[in-house]
Amino acid sequence: MTSPSSDDKPRCFQDVILRLQNHWAKSGCAILQPYDMEVGAGTFHPATTLRSLGPRPWAAAYVQPSRRPTDGRYGENPNRLQHYYQYQVIIKPSPSDLQELYLDSLRAIGLDPLAHDVRFVEDDWESPTLGAWGLGWEVWCDGMEVSQFTYFQQVAGYDAHPVSGELTYGLERLAMYVLGVEHVMDMPFNDPDSPIPLTYGDIFREAEREYSRWNFDIADTETLFQHFKDAETECERIVSAAETDGAGRAILMAQPAYDQAIKASHLFNLLDARGVISVTERADYIRRVRALTKKCADLFMQTPLGKAAE
Amino acid sequence: MADLLIELFSEEIPARMQPKAREDLKKLMTDGLVEAGLTYASAGAFSTPRRLALSVEGLDAASKPVREERKGPRTDAPEKALEGFLRSTGLTKDQLEVRDEKKGQVYFAVIERPGRPAADIVAEVLEKTIRNFPWPKSMRWGTGALRWVRPLHSILCILTDEGGAQVVALDVDGIKSGDTTRGHRFMAPDAFAVTSFDDYAAKLRRAKVMLDAGERADAIAQEAANLAFARGWEIVEDKGLLTEVAGLVEWPVPLMGAIEERFLALPPEVLQTSMKEHQKFFSAKNPKSGRIEGYVTVANIEAADDGQMILAGNQRVLAARLSDGLFFWENDLRQAKSGMTDWAEGLKSVTFHNKLGSQADRVARIAALAREIAPLVGADPDQAGRAAELAKLDLRSDMVGEFPELQGVMGRYYALAAGEPDAVADAARDHYSPLGPSDDVPSAPVSVAVALADKIDTLTGFWAIDEKPTGSKDPFALRRAALGIIRLVLSNDIRLNIREVVAQHCTQLFDSDQLARDIANAHDVGDSIAEELKEAETILKTLDGGALQSLVIRLVEEKANELQIWNENIAHKEHTIALADDAKMALPPDLLAFLHDRLKVYLRDQGIRHDIIDAVLAQPGNDDLVLVVNRATALNDMLKTEDGQNLTQGLKRASNILTQAEEKDGVEYSFGADPKFAETDEERALFTALDTAEPAIKAATANEDFPAAMSAIAALRAPIDAFFEAVQVNTDNQIMRRNRLNLLSRIRAAGREIADFTRIEG
Repeated sequence: MTSPSSDDKPRCFQDVILRLQNHWAKSGCAILQPYDMEVGAGTFHPATTLRSLGPRPWAAAYVQPSRRPTDGRYGENPNRLQHYYQYQVIIKPSPSDLQELYLDSLRAIGLDPLAHDVRFVEDDWESPTLGAWGLGWEVWCDGMEVSQFTYFQQVAGYDAHPVSGELTYGLERLAMYVLGVEHVMDMPFNDPDSPIPLTYGDIFREAEREYSRWNFDIADTETLFQHFKDAETECERIVSAAETDGAGRAILMAQPAYDQAIKASHLFNLLDARGVISVTERADYIRRVRALTKKCADLFMQTPLGKAAE
Repeated sequence: MADLLIELFSEEIPARMQPKAREDLKKLMTDGLVEAGLTYASAGAFSTPRRLALSVEGLDAASKPVREERKGPRTDAPEKALEGFLRSTGLTKDQLEVRDEKKGQVYFAVIERPGRPAADIVAEVLEKTIRNFPWPKSMRWGTGALRWVRPLHSILCILTDEGGAQVVALDVDGIKSGDTTRGHRFMAPDAFAVTSFDDYAAKLRRAKVMLDAGERADAIAQEAANLAFARGWEIVEDKGLLTEVAGLVEWPVPLMGAIEERFLALPPEVLQTSMKEHQKFFSAKNPKSGRIEGYVTVANIEAADDGQMILAGNQRVLAARLSDGLFFWENDLRQAKSGMTDWAEGLKSVTFHNKLGSQADRVARIAALAREIAPLVGADPDQAGRAAELAKLDLRSDMVGEFPELQGVMGRYYALAAGEPDAVADAARDHYSPLGPSDDVPSAPVSVAVALADKIDTLTGFWAIDEKPTGSKDPFALRRAALGIIRLVLSNDIRLNIREVVAQHCTQLFDSDQLARDIANAHDVGDSIAEELKEAETILKTLDGGALQSLVIRLVEEKANELQIWNENIAHKEHTIALADDAKMALPPDLLAFLHDRLKVYLRDQGIRHDIIDAVLAQPGNDDLVLVVNRATALNDMLKTEDGQNLTQGLKRASNILTQAEEKDGVEYSFGADPKFAETDEERALFTALDTAEPAIKAATANEDFPAAMSAIAALRAPIDAFFEAVQVNTDNQIMRRNRLNLLSRIRAAGREIADFTRIEG
């Protein structure tokens, strides 16, 4: 693979991703792979939620496929998808040149801040299910929101110390802008001059149709409710397991427990898309997911990763 | 003398926080400097998205030395007293002086504080200011504990005098002060040093930063107007947006674009709101068509292509936003044309307040009240009732869901689409008015009827559930509602017995027969829902998975929800019935007293003293606000004259003498003064004057001609003055005394036709 030079423009979706990967790799981040579970946003990846806790330095970047069942539009809406990609960067402690690093990433994908109007517009971030909040901006490029830029202040109820800097790019929207595409399904995914050129639609249109139908009409709510309860129960079981195993090893299982919290969170999103959760119940489900996340975070803080390196 | 320049350079400061941050920086710094003994000639604060700056001119080079002497305890006082004195002065015993005084030897502390150089004081005050800055929200970053609105990168702090500039040394959690700053983030990112405020502002300008937010706002307004003018358009003025946008850019570059033809069908308010809220665009109006046809966006950069790419990007985002808007609008219009029945149905499930029922309940009350008020304001009752029924429906529309600030405005469009007459549609828009104290007051009769009904229902309702404003807490904006009633009544000259209207509305709120019927009804509906619910649950047990099951689950939940709403409804109505009868009786006068309080505040702002209003409110007819104000205005005018002042004194004197005599004698002097017992000419003259004045005052007040009533009573000033000059009221001759007291009572009665003069101060 030849590394794309920054003075030419990306030609396809994957080129945008590869350039971001290269940029953040050069900037010192560990390039992780997506987490292998269904999540609503890149923030849910344990590389962000759990690793932003505690004193240990951390720097990671990754693509995270994200699912928002309520945003499904059967592949017809030019901008809305129930499955899309986020690019996520998380660095702890937040470096003092994080804004510059970020702007360089825009240059890397062909957005020259001298030709475009790049602005940092106040936007505070809060995740009720994660019990997290931070201050920062949404970054506007020519009036369009292209990223979310946040300094975490609290995660799962813990004061962030040191503070993590988090960047989230909505990849489809950003790439559509860079590539000048009006409908997401028309966006070239690989190089349009490839022997087999593929558009975003070639890859995802049918999936969007199928998942939209399943999310809205078919997903069995009874099963989903049951799965939610199961995940909740399993999470609590893991959290309250004895500290030592049969062989006398002290192992706390924060990460397996957190998997169950992620599951519960996604199941809640699915139930929400099915329209079977009333307004008051909604608040209760959010509270339950947050309680799980909090327990996982409490446990994580007691694992070696939650403490200063020796 | 020296000049001080401070710049706190950070990542982007939210625009909405900048104006107050400038004030805070100036106040905290100058207060701190003054407190530490430095005076200054002038100070000015500035902000851009990335910096807060302060310039202080004519600052003392050093604080003056201070010598302070403090007297302590006597040398033979107990040890404890001396210890306390040492602690409070911070000295040791051998630093004290002993002086001989009359009562013996006394300790004296002589504390000398040498003058301090300005730099030391500035460093101290600035560090304290940074650490205690009152940002509405602040944050930490990296590994630090320092808090600022966003990460703070550098501190520029220099003192400049004839000798040149000197950096004020300062280190706040590792951020060391210096004399350098940076220009525009993209166009001039390099650091440069500055030597004074003028140098700073000039170099910033060369580095593409306009320091003064006011100048940026002016530049934006000017250039936007020029761009619009070139197309034959004009910019829709929006001061709030202008201030905000000026806080988003360091180097404003306005760019103008046109709205695509397909979006011009949207109401101008929608275009304007969407562009402002989502994109911070200014709207440009075509005066020929009266439509919003263009926009101005303000970039923060001078791009090589004159902003063509930036404009194209913005145009794209605008198109996506307005497509949403068009979708909402077309959906809503369909609803409107089909009679808005879904929206009316929807209002039933929107709780207005859990003790005051749903929005639909409220609409029914307002409609009934609007019908009653209609004849009093010259409106057709059916139109007023219809307008009230429509007025809240837009709350259920997609557009108002997206832009709550368009409530009312959309209501008018949808009412027109539904084929309602203009008067009804206008009322849907205007019935929220007046909101602020400077807001326009509706004058169209139907609008006035609905606006009044809306506010009276709000006040009566919250009074009924005892949610009155207290102190600074007024969560339901009841003071605003009261002021709204006052302004509606006064500016439209509406003769309304407000107490009666409220009392009548109470009977509607508290109509126990109607409530009992409603409750019985609600029980019936609730029972049938409960039955359906049971049935659904039974079916549910027979199903094992699949689409049908989830459908039934949803049905069950919907029914359960519905049942809950009905039960809450019943509980609320039972609560209302249970309200004691005397609570219902107490409500109208209590609410009237609240309106009177608000009226006092309102009139005080118009320059009428509170005691004058009190004097008028003590009169009968005080539930007619127009009457109250006319009377108070005339009285206020009279009291500005010398006659008025003296007359008041005379009336008060008469009243005092009478009250004392009445208390002493245990009788009321009210009748029977006879001129034949008059002893002096002054007494007889007063009789004659009263004979003329009394009918004139009565006639004038009956006609509500208060200026005439005032001049009639003012004519009594000279006779009253002369009377008190010449006559001793409390004479030994009991017949004459009684006659004079009865004469005084005629004066008192004449005064009371107009106001209770004893309440007037001075």
